[in-house]
Amino acid sequence: MKILVVDDEPDVRLLFEQRFRREIRSGEFAFSFAYSGEEALTFLRDHPSEVVLILSDINMPGMSGLELLRHVKQDPLPPPQPLVMMLTAYGDSETHAQAMQLGANDFLTKPVDFAALKEKLHAIPSL
Amino acid sequence: MAAPSAIGLMYWGRKALNIPERLPEWDRWLTGLWRPAAVITVLGLLIGGPVFDWLDNIFLAFVMGIGIAIGWKLRAYRPALWLAVALLPATVLLVLKMLAQPFTKDLENGSVDNLEGLVILWGGVFLLIARSQSKAITAEAEARRVAEQEQRAIATQSQTLEYEVNHRTAALTRQTDELRAALAELQATQDQLIQSEKMASLGELTAGIAHEIQNPLNFVNNFADVSVELVAELAEERARPTRDRTLEAELLTDLRQNLARIAQHGGRAAGIVRGMLEHSRASTGERQPTDVNALADEYLRLAYHGLRAKDKTFNATLQPALAPGLPLIQAVPGDLGRVLLNLLTNAFYAVQKRQQTGEAGYAPTVGVRTALVGDRVEIQVRDNGTGMSPEVQARIFQPFFTTKPSGEGTGLGLSLSHDIIVQGHGGTLAVASQEGEGTTFTIALPA
Repeated sequence: MKILVVDDEPDVRLLFEQRFRREIRSGEFAFSFAYSGEEALTFLRDHPSEVVLILSDINMPGMSGLELLRHVKQDPLPPPQPLVMMLTAYGDSETHAQAMQLGANDFLTKPVDFAALKEKLHAIPSL
Repeated sequence: MAAPSAIGLMYWGRKALNIPERLPEWDRWLTGLWRPAAVITVLGLLIGGPVFDWLDNIFLAFVMGIGIAIGWKLRAYRPALWLAVALLPATVLLVLKMLAQPFTKDLENGSVDNLEGLVILWGGVFLLIARSQSKAITAEAEARRVAEQEQRAIATQSQTLEYEVNHRTAALTRQTDELRAALAELQATQDQLIQSEKMASLGELTAGIAHEIQNPLNFVNNFADVSVELVAELAEERARPTRDRTLEAELLTDLRQNLARIAQHGGRAAGIVRGMLEHSRASTGERQPTDVNALADEYLRLAYHGLRAKDKTFNATLQPALAPGLPLIQAVPGDLGRVLLNLLTNAFYAVQKRQQTGEAGYAPTVGVRTALVGDRVEIQVRDNGTGMSPEVQARIFQPFFTTKPSGEGTGLGLSLSHDIIVQGHGGTLAVASQEGEGTTFTIALPA
């Protein structure tokens, strides 16, 4: 299952690779990383129909996670439609409502509870 | 009829010499003299005869004698002496004539007539002298009196003046004290305002700081957690009968890497806390070599996240353009940071306001540019926000001037920034703005 992680912090990559090293080693999950909303959109266009899940930060310079979410949900991407999980340090209800309204599939607050995240990921039916 | 003349002479002399004041006892006695004069005169008129003529003359001689005595007694007053001198020969002649009368009845002697003429001339001359001297003395006394009066008037005036001066001095002293107290109060208020402005900007910072600290802290926690897992896995691997050396080496590399990350993110959080403390601490005013680029970058992010924390929907493009190899400048980092934060907060506020107008295709952009220009380091804070009219630009550095709704701004930010740059650092703070296009603030500091 291909997962695209979008965050402006480069160390997120190391963290995910270590947290999910068993899953990566076993080939259960494959992670790609983008460091901005714009980069994520480019990646999605360049790799059509690959990404099953997008895990995106909200607060990023330039295009924010919510804008990325809107693009993903509204722009015609080749199917299947990827799921989008928002990750943010600002877990207020306003942001949550906005994300949900834009069609987010899930909403997690930072610091990320990796055990919970793992469970959620395992619950997604693999394609 | 010598007695009435004698009384007349007496009254005249009494007045001329001011007897009532000079010799009050004599005066009482003198004013009683009219009674014998009246008796002599009335009887002389009714009865007549040489006896009354003789009494009449005696009375005159008596009065003249008194006049001489008084003149002598008052000789310290020169006219009185001259009066006595004037009267003396006439009196002597009169007395001699009376003594001689019984023997020289009907004697018409030419030499006596001549003597009388001489005596009258003598009396007249000395009376004139007495009179003129009296006049001179009176004039002198009058002059002295006027002078004394003037002096008294001057004394009174100078006393009044002195009183007024004292009064005024007291009023001025009181006023000075009041002003000094007011000034001290103002200074205290100003210090308080500066402190509250610092606290207000710290409030603006708080959200940015929280976000900035939360991120590295999350990394520290996550890398620590994952390292615990790695250690467990390593132990597991080592316990196997057939150890996978490559995997062990990989795990060790990851562990080393994680510990370095933990240290790095810990340092990042510590740096932010240090910056925050520097910002809130009362300025020591101590200059130290300061990296303008680091400061500009740090506050650009803090200001951005500060606003983002308040308005989640807000987004802007940050354009840092920091000249590499800038020299360190002598500055108070906390103060300079406060200025940057203020300028950046204003910039973000301006682009946010413009964005809220719903202008199509508007991309909010805030940039910080540093450069070495001649012997000065320039820091420019640029935004493409709402901009300012020339009227507003003219007033932005005035204390308490703000265009923000009441309660949102203290109106002190730019005024304090100006003070910090110009007075605190010997630099300049300039503004260039175009309404509807954006604003650029330029700080120039001696390198």
